[in-house]
Amino acid sequence: MVRDVAFGQYFPGKSLIHKLDPRAKMVCFIAFIILIFFTFNYASLGIVAAFTAFIIIAGGISFKFYFKSLKMILFVVLITSLLNLFYGSGEPIWQWWIIKLTWAGIHRAAFVTVRIICLILASSALTFTTSPTELTDAIERLLKPLSAIHFPVHEIAMMMSLALRFVPTLLEETDKIMQAQRARGADMDSGNLLKRVKSLIPILIPLFVSAFRRAYDIATAMECRCYRGGAGRTRMKILRMQTRDYFSFVTTALMIGGVVVCNILLTSVI
Amino acid sequence: MSAVLELKNLSFVYGKGTPFEKKAVNNVSLSINKGEFVGIIGHTGSGKSTLVQMLNGLITPSEGQVILDGRDIWSDPKQIRQIRFRVGMVFQYPEYQLFEETVYKDISFGAQNRGYTGEELDTAIRKAAEFTGLRPELLDKSPFDLSGGEKRRAAIAGVIAMNPEVLILDEPTAGLDPMGREILLSQIMNYHQEKGTTVLLVSHSMEDIARVADRIIVMNQGRLEMFDETKAVFSHGSDLEQIGLKVPQITKIMQALKAKGIEVPDDILTVDEALEVLSSLLKKEGKLW
Repeated sequence: MVRDVAFGQYFPGKSLIHKLDPRAKMVCFIAFIILIFFTFNYASLGIVAAFTAFIIIAGGISFKFYFKSLKMILFVVLITSLLNLFYGSGEPIWQWWIIKLTWAGIHRAAFVTVRIICLILASSALTFTTSPTELTDAIERLLKPLSAIHFPVHEIAMMMSLALRFVPTLLEETDKIMQAQRARGADMDSGNLLKRVKSLIPILIPLFVSAFRRAYDIATAMECRCYRGGAGRTRMKILRMQTRDYFSFVTTALMIGGVVVCNILLTSVI
Repeated sequence: MSAVLELKNLSFVYGKGTPFEKKAVNNVSLSINKGEFVGIIGHTGSGKSTLVQMLNGLITPSEGQVILDGRDIWSDPKQIRQIRFRVGMVFQYPEYQLFEETVYKDISFGAQNRGYTGEELDTAIRKAAEFTGLRPELLDKSPFDLSGGEKRRAAIAGVIAMNPEVLILDEPTAGLDPMGREILLSQIMNYHQEKGTTVLLVSHSMEDIARVADRIIVMNQGRLEMFDETKAVFSHGSDLEQIGLKVPQITKIMQALKAKGIEVPDDILTVDEALEVLSSLLKKEGKLW
């Protein structure tokens, strides 16, 4: 069922990672994502993988959910690593017809696999431990400087939080509509592609109708509360950096330093 | 009387293995006879909706069996669609499932899926529209142009047109005005009597249930609390109140009168019945001529 998707879900908790300021988490996360693609030898790759393992363990969320989000991209990982495996220049160590295996290809495949897995695990860890509200709050605060050039930061953040807020609602709605159409004998699980696409119509139309209805409702509700954009708006929860947040910056900086040192001292394998 | 639906140790667990795990239906066994009108009551979250969704195979039980006409509905999972035609299900707020260009086409969706064509299909649609009180001129309109009550009727007609042997209605009168509720309920009654279809009605309104049901299923926290004749269930007023339910207002009044020492039966379910009893009582005492 649609509700079984783990990627992007939030699991409430009280771990160290849960308690971090979402801005700190966001900044560290972005730094980490960039860093993943600056690993050129196994030592730095190891540092990145170890750090990923550390946040997963510190987050205290069952590994099962990480496996679930990995399962979704398993196919992508397989395809990209296979392509990379046979796409290396240099001395072939094994050859058959036009397919040749080189050490460069093997290294490349290993790097791509580990990088994608780390990427998915880290982003899962972020969304598992940070509520959507916290995330949009963090984005709004981090993008604040852009409002100087008249970029509508608050409006974008509001749109994001509204969209995120309606993801579970619409998923539930989809589920309900699917059940209702199934009860009328709709067949969504068999037939060729054209038949399957056609079988989506009885679900999509009611879904759009209800999405529009909800949009009107929320607009009315916001107007009733005199919402008029970001200017002069104060917040109930003010984000404040604490020692642990600075500590997370230090950890991230150390990791970046480690990777840079490894890259300088050791020779690149890809 | 022969059983049309039989539930054996039926259980359902939501979100198994996640922090949100919840046992929605817990070991329910019961049997429903052919041609019966069964009411299902229980407070919000008592497992009524989950229970009825298992009856036509929309969700698979975690444990236990649903037996329709002597056969386990999951004995051949490939044939589960056929079960859904035989056990028709009208969801809460069914008007949100309308999608076709015209009301006629929307009502035909389920019947067409069942394999009806031509004359047979047309008859099924028009019959279903008649049962739910949809005026024929509405059939050519877009379902999105109908009023709330008409949409509800159209959606119910869409299920009735499949000619199910068992019809399940989940809160069919929710959100309708008193008049609309009254009419819709009588139409369901009518349909039940004319076609002899077994009907299961989930409702929060004790008055509605008291009026139409032969027997009542009472759900509480996923378990089957009671399953008995309507009068017998409503004579357990205090038990029902303990699990967040009520008896119909008129039953409560009569029970209060009896507690005061007035000779009235305590299993009165409708105002008409009460009127009859009270007026004959008053006549006997010479206070009413």
